[in-house]
Amino acid sequence: MQRYSALAVLWGGLTGQTHWKPVWGRPEPKGHYDVIIVGGGGHGLATAYYLAKEHGITNVAVIEKGWLGGGNAGRNTTIIRSNYMIEGNTEFYEHSLKLWENLSQELNFNVMFSQRAHVSLVFSAAERDATARRYNLMRLNGIDGEFWDPAELRRRIPHLNYDQGRFEIFGAYVQPRAGTARHDAVNWGYARAATALGIDIIQNCEVTGFIRRAGALIGVETRRDGVAGEIYADKIGLAVAGHTSVLAHKAGLGKLPLETHKLQAYVSEPIKPIVDQVIVFGGVGHFYISQSDKGGMVFGGDLDSYNSYAQKGNLPVYQNVMAACMQILPCLGRVKLLRQWAGVMDMSMDGSPFITKTDIPGLYLNAGWCYGGFKATPGSGHTFAHTIARDEPHWANARLTLERYREGRLIDESGHGPVPKLH
Amino acid sequence: MLRIPCPFCGPRDHTEFSYEGDATVVYPALDASEEAWFEAVFLRDNPRGAHSEVWHHIQGCRSFLIVERDTLTHEITGARLAHRPTAEALK
Amino acid sequence: MSGYRLARGGIVERARPLGFTWDGRAMQGLAGDTLASALIANGERIVARSFKYHRPRGVMSAGPEEGGALVTVGAGPRREPNAKATQVELCQGLVAGGQNAWPNVRFDLGRVNDVFGRFLAAGFYYKTFIGLGRGTAQWMFFEKFIRKAAGMGSASREPDPDSYDIVHDHCDLLVIGSGPAGLAAAELAASHGLDVMLVEQDFALGGALLASTETIEDQPAAAWLSARLAALKDVRILPRTTAFGLYDTNVVGLYQRVTDHVSSADPALPRGNFRIVRPARIILASGAIERPVAFGDNDRPGVMLAGAMATYVNRFGVAPGRRAVIAGNGDSVYNDAIALARAGIATTLLDAREIAPPELAQAATAAGVEVRSGYLPVEVQGRSSVNGLQIGRPARDGHIRPERALPCDCIGISGGWSPALHLLSHRGAKPVWNAEMACFLPGTTPAGVAVAGSVAGVWRTEDCIAHGRAAAADAVKALTGKKPRAARAPEPGGWANPIEPLWEVTVPGRKLKSFVDPQHDVTTSDVRQAAREGYVSPEHMKRYTTLGMATDQGKVGNVIGLALLAEALDQSIPETGLTSFRPPYTPVPIGAFAGRARDRHWQAERQTPMHAAQVHDGAVWLDAGLWKRAWYHPAQPGEGLREAYVREATAVRRSVGLIDVTTLGKIAVQGPDAAEFLNRVYVNGFGKLPVMKCRYGVLLRDDGIVFDDGVTWRLGEHEFMTTTTTAHAATVMAWFENLLQTRWPELRVNIASVSDQWGGAAVAGPRARTTLQAALAPDATGGDISNQGLPFMGITHARLKVADGEIPVLIARISFSGEMAFEVYAGSGHAAAMWRALLAQVKAQGGCAYGMEALGALRIEKGHVTAAELDGRVTLEDAGLGRMASTKKPFIGNVLRKRPDLARDDRPQLAHFQPVTEGETFAIGAVVCAEDEVKGHGLGWITGATVAPALGGWLGIGFIKGGPQAWEGKTVVIADPVRGAEIKARVASPHQYDPKGERMHG
Repeated sequence: MQRYSALAVLWGGLTGQTHWKPVWGRPEPKGHYDVIIVGGGGHGLATAYYLAKEHGITNVAVIEKGWLGGGNAGRNTTIIRSNYMIEGNTEFYEHSLKLWENLSQELNFNVMFSQRAHVSLVFSAAERDATARRYNLMRLNGIDGEFWDPAELRRRIPHLNYDQGRFEIFGAYVQPRAGTARHDAVNWGYARAATALGIDIIQNCEVTGFIRRAGALIGVETRRDGVAGEIYADKIGLAVAGHTSVLAHKAGLGKLPLETHKLQAYVSEPIKPIVDQVIVFGGVGHFYISQSDKGGMVFGGDLDSYNSYAQKGNLPVYQNVMAACMQILPCLGRVKLLRQWAGVMDMSMDGSPFITKTDIPGLYLNAGWCYGGFKATPGSGHTFAHTIARDEPHWANARLTLERYREGRLIDESGHGPVPKLH
Repeated sequence: MLRIPCPFCGPRDHTEFSYEGDATVVYPALDASEEAWFEAVFLRDNPRGAHSEVWHHIQGCRSFLIVERDTLTHEITGARLAHRPTAEALK
Repeated sequence: MSGYRLARGGIVERARPLGFTWDGRAMQGLAGDTLASALIANGERIVARSFKYHRPRGVMSAGPEEGGALVTVGAGPRREPNAKATQVELCQGLVAGGQNAWPNVRFDLGRVNDVFGRFLAAGFYYKTFIGLGRGTAQWMFFEKFIRKAAGMGSASREPDPDSYDIVHDHCDLLVIGSGPAGLAAAELAASHGLDVMLVEQDFALGGALLASTETIEDQPAAAWLSARLAALKDVRILPRTTAFGLYDTNVVGLYQRVTDHVSSADPALPRGNFRIVRPARIILASGAIERPVAFGDNDRPGVMLAGAMATYVNRFGVAPGRRAVIAGNGDSVYNDAIALARAGIATTLLDAREIAPPELAQAATAAGVEVRSGYLPVEVQGRSSVNGLQIGRPARDGHIRPERALPCDCIGISGGWSPALHLLSHRGAKPVWNAEMACFLPGTTPAGVAVAGSVAGVWRTEDCIAHGRAAAADAVKALTGKKPRAARAPEPGGWANPIEPLWEVTVPGRKLKSFVDPQHDVTTSDVRQAAREGYVSPEHMKRYTTLGMATDQGKVGNVIGLALLAEALDQSIPETGLTSFRPPYTPVPIGAFAGRARDRHWQAERQTPMHAAQVHDGAVWLDAGLWKRAWYHPAQPGEGLREAYVREATAVRRSVGLIDVTTLGKIAVQGPDAAEFLNRVYVNGFGKLPVMKCRYGVLLRDDGIVFDDGVTWRLGEHEFMTTTTTAHAATVMAWFENLLQTRWPELRVNIASVSDQWGGAAVAGPRARTTLQAALAPDATGGDISNQGLPFMGITHARLKVADGEIPVLIARISFSGEMAFEVYAGSGHAAAMWRALLAQVKAQGGCAYGMEALGALRIEKGHVTAAELDGRVTLEDAGLGRMASTKKPFIGNVLRKRPDLARDDRPQLAHFQPVTEGETFAIGAVVCAEDEVKGHGLGWITGATVAPALGGWLGIGFIKGGPQAWEGKTVVIADPVRGAEIKARVASPHQYDPKGERMHG
């Protein structure tokens, strides 16, 4: 792999940027792979990378229906945090955050993880008190977390709507190590590093079915540039987010505890720095905002409540999200919305994911990410690779099973129960 | 904006409604097996395409409707009352 | 005025000069000007700096595609960053200035970036700043500088002082765009009785006609336009209104600018309206956008689109320069050149085509234009302004051979036209590449949406008109069945001579800095570099180079970028990919979407009928969902929370207190099967509950987790009133409706929410009966509240004495505090009077009103659960309510609550906690841990903590694994690292206070 560095960039400047090598190729699929990962998003690419890097399995293909990183991996609000309190989530997301902290060096690609702090506002004394449990549990599990009282919050972020809001701001819970990263860079960084380890990334190739022998899955049927094909593999991992149910039906897995919903996101025109941290709130509404390095305000809120596979949004959510924005940052009233987009989310019945071997030999499943997929990218890839390579879970995903719904061992951070639209 | 044709109120913005999920789920008897209840409560077809789904006209007539909608195109092809006796009576 | 305003021409009002301020300098323009035309008239060439290299930028267009003249308009909290000068309507007193520059756009020190530009090529930041070793610190160090340099304009940190309205519209036909096609469509549709809305983003109606010198249907364009507008009297016409998005069911989002163009606007008016339209049909007549060509230094101030140049001359009466070169590859530039020449600007026209169309060339020459065919623009001369253009022509080998430079001070460029089909893209309609016209045309449009005019690739004005009429006739037919006479829709096309695709001018051996996306400083070499590095999907290329991500949303550069990528990959444009657009079409203020839902009006505030009376008495309030509830009632001003709640709770334990309980949800459940229904939804039975008795009940969700609790009153054989918690009032109501309508249609039950019909107050304490008795009027039919007349959980009707008479009330003997207590309900209209009457009696007995904090203290001591415990993860057994579950009847949740993990007996269960050391406290949200393991997920958590009014000392309620039976008397650690506390506590049964309930029953 061609090393990236300040020196290489200087050299590029002097030589007309002509010495850069392609980051990934356009390989022809082989007839057989040890592992096929369906889905060339962040999770799929990371899984392939860790299969090669950690487990020495390099005869791997990532099969992507469109262009790599074109799904939720390239259309999220890029927030990274590990403020989870239920066992299963706590250790998994912190494992992921730790991988994030060295990811740029690991991939030799600047993923721009900026630990600018995640600031979660509380709007009532009751919310302040109840949320303390979450941050206490984080601290007891070795995760950073703190409380900023109203005076400190005002000192750190002076231009929030402290005095005219509908609800009083009772302070904020903060995870200083949380922050944002550049989503495309993560996808590209994993794709480049995986390619360098010998992995085939096959774009514009849709998996249309599965090939079975004696109850086991032994390959996939594909359509690539309009041409049908077959690719065989010992193991097949699905990392296709909102499209999991569609492929699970084809694989014979049947119904899953999933609903597919779309989540909108928004970005404003670039402006000079005005928000340093990631600022969020829940409870009386749902809102999250950060400012990208380019200067755009990147923000979002609740998902559209109905099942949807459409990567487009509807106006009512604009209203809700932007009213929430104006509630805490009324100084943004004249800043203009530049772009709105939507991603297709795999909303699970308890709001938490599953990374697991399935009952079908040869088939492994990674889904249920709800809003949480981006921050999970390294952890998901790392533990999914482990699960596929060793046929047993990594300690960090041991609780992220499918059986937990049947057993009642739910990982329900919000307490909303089996209603996906509420998670 | 989805526009849902409520049999009582006419076409209305979907913001007047609350989405209540897959209408094909049949909830078993209260004393049915754990397996039957598990399937009804936790497992979903989640199709990409035609979908029968329940909407509650919560800011309208408060009827529960069964709406036929495509989850990919969002096209709505029909809506009827979920309460069968009332639906029959209205025929 | 300086010398760039032409002596005549244009539709600006020369008699109405308008003063404005640019970068602190007073200037003058005319009514009808945009800020851009006024700046050009004043000779301002550098009006902005680019994003990355801080290169000087001037006005590049006359519309929403502007990639150069990004400015800040307004001052103080009304400052709007990133306004396109080409869309800012000039008004008296307008204040505007340059941005992204220091000290100003003309002498920006940031231009040093341009010198280092060769090192700042596409994606350089992905390859450096990675940091040695581990962690993110090094990147974050560099990032600080990058962030400061990035961004464009600067937003105010003060709240936006203006308001916005949200307007809901319906119509038969929405016509988007008021050019020839849109006007013709609106006129025909309205004349056949359709309810038509016509929206136009510009402040003037007419679209391309505003700058047209054509003759249309035998009239000058201006006359034709006036005649159309006169005919549109029944049409709702909204100028200054952009259709920014097209959504499901053809709902359209509009943003209408209301006061931006008014010097001293009525403060009652909103700044803008966000309008949501639900049209039956849509005609998209949004026109086409000219695109430039990439050549050397094509971003210099003075280089603009050829059509924009003609617009400045014809519409605004402004000369873009004194000596112009126009370079193009199609027929449209001839009219532009003629317009300039007629205005007295020395004009040379370069037609990239080898042979100039003879008729056009003749006309141009006759108007004084020097026409050179087969010539291309190669490189602009001049740094901060244009002073010449090197031109070239293709040699035999196909390469461009540069020739001499033509002196000029402005350059008009046309690389062809791109239909503005963005709104179709919002609905997922895919455009189709037309190689002949070198543009994307609309493919299949969504049902109910028609296109008309140049958005459909129809170029001749008369064809656009015919297209508009044909589309309108279709709409009339579809909506009314009438068949208006209209010519058939024209086919796309209409240029007399084919366009010659031209994306970039390159000269072998010369490195030109040729911009594709001027706002984001994306050059043709950036696109090629992206292709070389493997970013070969258009989306990868766009994201890697940031092409098309600027505030013009790719209107200028997307198609060129795609063409260059295709060229680099040696494949066709359709093989390479599509361009797609996301809403909004042009940027919309964030404040507009919020409308009036701002500040105190973000969400509704709910007040009980007793609110005002409590305000009068000085209550301190808290938010409980949308409700305002009294937190505590200071005995005198300045009494704090802790002092007050302890006093109030003590009063309830020792004498009597009064609290407003109106916020509880109340549902009337009526019908022959009402008892059966309640039996199915509650874990406990209601069939045998006697009339005029009530019973506490618990609801589970389908998955067996506790959903809600409350008391159900049996008011008759077939009539119940069930109460819910405040938080779940609406969800329980919806749940009951759901069950009755979808699962159990056979049950003869009707339900209605009566939450708002009743106001309730609880009188609690040892003197509750005495207090209430004193408040009641003698009543022959009820009102016996003695222990026999109204035993625990009994109900009675009574009459209550109030200031001006008596009111009927309903009383139930329900206790949440653990004391003898009565909940008294009156119709909402009487509730305030009831509160005052009861409070007077409470005070007479030495008691007081109590608030939520005291209520919490009392219930914690009594061991009652609330939403703090029932958090959606808790089972009946966890909450200590397992014995309530009936074994005689099935009920919702009864099956799944028995899942293995939910039935484990080491789950966290409800318990009391008391500090080992007197005087110590702990807080809600603290984690309960074993003494030897203060880490991990612990044993449990604290959900309530209080001064215990009767037991004394500090008392907590919460959960611990295995429950109090496993821990009773043992010591645990209560850890609260977030607030820096850790103390030891003893675990106890949650039922320490009056465990036999004698005080409630007495």
